[in-house]
Amino acid sequence: MTNGFEGLGAPDGASPGEAAVELGVVVGGSLSQGLDVRLTGNGVVEDAKVGTFVTVHGTRHRYFGIITDLSLESADGHLSSNIAHADAAMAEVLSGTGAFAQARVTPMLMTSVGEEEPQPARSLPAHFAPVNRATNEDVQMIFGEDDATHIYIGSPLDMEDTRVCLDLQELVKRSNGVFGKSGSGKSFLTRILLTAIAQRGLATHLIFDMHSEYGWQATSESGYAVKGLRQILQSGVSVFSLDAESAHRRGFTPDYEVKIGLDEIEPEDIAILSSTLGISDAGVNACYTLHDRYGNRWISVFLGMDADAMAGLAAEGEHAGVLGALRRKLRDLDRIAFMQPDAPSGGGAVRQVLDHLVSGKHVVMEFGRYGDDQTAYVLVANLITRRIHAEYRKRTEEALASGGKQPDPLVITIEEAHRFLSGGIASQTIFGTIAREMRKYRVTLLVVDQRPSGIDEEVLSQVGTRITCQLDNERDVDAVLKGAPGSRELKGVLSRLESQQQALLFGHALRMPVVVRTRDYQDFATEMAMPGYGRTPVGPGDKKDLFG
Amino acid sequence: MVSDNIAMTRFGEVVDASVEQLVGQCHRLYEAPPLGALVRAGTGVWGVVSGIATSALDPSRRVIARGADVATEAEIYAAHPQLEKLLRTDVTVTVTGHRESIGGANGPVHQYLPSQPPRIHTFLYSCTSVEVCDFFGGGGQPRSEPRLDFVHLLAGFGGPGDDVLAASLRQAATAFDDPRAFLVAASRAVAVVLSGDTSRINAIVRRLPIGEGTL
Repeated sequence: MTNGFEGLGAPDGASPGEAAVELGVVVGGSLSQGLDVRLTGNGVVEDAKVGTFVTVHGTRHRYFGIITDLSLESADGHLSSNIAHADAAMAEVLSGTGAFAQARVTPMLMTSVGEEEPQPARSLPAHFAPVNRATNEDVQMIFGEDDATHIYIGSPLDMEDTRVCLDLQELVKRSNGVFGKSGSGKSFLTRILLTAIAQRGLATHLIFDMHSEYGWQATSESGYAVKGLRQILQSGVSVFSLDAESAHRRGFTPDYEVKIGLDEIEPEDIAILSSTLGISDAGVNACYTLHDRYGNRWISVFLGMDADAMAGLAAEGEHAGVLGALRRKLRDLDRIAFMQPDAPSGGGAVRQVLDHLVSGKHVVMEFGRYGDDQTAYVLVANLITRRIHAEYRKRTEEALASGGKQPDPLVITIEEAHRFLSGGIASQTIFGTIAREMRKYRVTLLVVDQRPSGIDEEVLSQVGTRITCQLDNERDVDAVLKGAPGSRELKGVLSRLESQQQALLFGHALRMPVVVRTRDYQDFATEMAMPGYGRTPVGPGDKKDLFG
Repeated sequence: MVSDNIAMTRFGEVVDASVEQLVGQCHRLYEAPPLGALVRAGTGVWGVVSGIATSALDPSRRVIARGADVATEAEIYAAHPQLEKLLRTDVTVTVTGHRESIGGANGPVHQYLPSQPPRIHTFLYSCTSVEVCDFFGGGGQPRSEPRLDFVHLLAGFGGPGDDVLAASLRQAATAFDDPRAFLVAASRAVAVVLSGDTSRINAIVRRLPIGEGTL
């Protein structure tokens, strides 16, 4: 029986060096539904927050989990009717005894005593196992330290001094997603991931930079300039631009001004644009016929046909109306400023991108004013990616056959990913293929999107690690969490994220889901610029030494 | 107050005994300890005064009214000195603990029922403040936490028993440096025992001076 003074001493096995903050004791629950933890101690009720990271000390195992729900309980079912008004004395007597708070804790991992490697939780601690707020050491043990393969991405809520690190080596093995509504910090997180992967040499990047914010410096919402990849990684990054004027206006010269030749466009590229351009199925079929007949320069030839030639074509079985409509649509393409009749000699933009990637340089493809032009964005991203994927596929297969070196992993970053990966077209676009076949050919995706519900379910299920900032739409929340273990509990956590600088991380590159306050990008950029970064952990002390 | 004289604290003797309840007859009429007071029977059994009653010594002879012709109550007793011997004051003691005897020597005091009731005619003593401290866990060096297991024995009665419980807590609190902290801790123990019965907990708490400025 309790003596009326709630509170247990720190349990054995608490991490040394830091006093564990006790939250409560296990009073019930199940592995599927989570543990019921009665919160004890004074004032602790309001300190316990959804998403807080906790440890449960069983007899033989330690468990790690997160708080997924909180509730107020009372031993007396008629409590509300028996207490007519707020009586300070009764409140003091009853709080923690007859009326108390419970937290729902979802156990995620467990370690045996004396064993360092955490396993997924497959058993439960017994009743009355003490539950503590996780210490720095606990978090470090689970998420690793900032080193050659890990990147410090943020801190758990209310643990400002603790670092949650992502295992980048695991991350680049699969396609990943960064989700969140506009302004929630997607771009900052993406920038941190891209920079960290590049800096550690774990993969080469091809970034379709729709809003021109990754290559050169961009402006944050709060108004200060944030460094782009080019500024941090210097010559390791090449910026390609479809809109050199925009780049000049922003004060830099792109490494390569992209021109796309009409002869580089294949019927498959048009097929993907069919809904955007409003081309019928018959029109798409006509494209294949034209391509078979006239080869690579099929668009130029087709657009240059006179009335007789068109009539001749119609006489051979194509519908005149279809051909006329197709011609009008293809003219729209031709009018885009970066399109030109023939690819520049030496292979054009696609060749250049490929050469850069193969030589280990990261490529940022800036769209400038075409970022808002869906046709241009989808066309270019798809066209380039398809050829690069084919090349990687060829090289990987050759390497497998000869036992030679496979190409370095390539991470392709696409924004507004639902435009390529929506239910209807995911099966047609190269991005759908890459997402599904995963790392077989050393190419993976980093999907950045604010409407994950628009992405094909099958593609989404292949996303290894999901980094999710705030999402408002219920359907988006459901889509992101689909297939994730403990998704029902995570939903509560996700729907309560703050609108900025908070993210829920879960999936392949993390041992367990965790909510973090994301780190400051300026600090990150400063840290990146220090010599030796990424090879040895850089602590605050080192920074001080360098900068005084 | 170690100097308290044992003889001065003795107030009666056990005339009816069971494991959970004793009836003691006071040596002097009307000189019973107050309701809720901690008392001890001999050196082995502790209890709380849960009832006080004064009646005729011979239950077959009912007391009659004698004050028709006198002005004050004291005059009645002065005119009839035999009354002191014909009346008796009985106390009911609810047993709340006992001292364990280890090989005849004194062991620790427990807040649960003894294995045997005390013998008839065992002397009853009011507990000194030192004894109260010892029993409830107040004072002492180093200062220990309140021992509140006895609450369970008292809370079981209900009805007037809640008044006894509240009275005993009020008395015990006086032995503590911080009486309010003791009362809050004790009330919380009561809340645990009476879990689910908020109205009873409320009734007990209202009998305790927990509110601001009452202690």
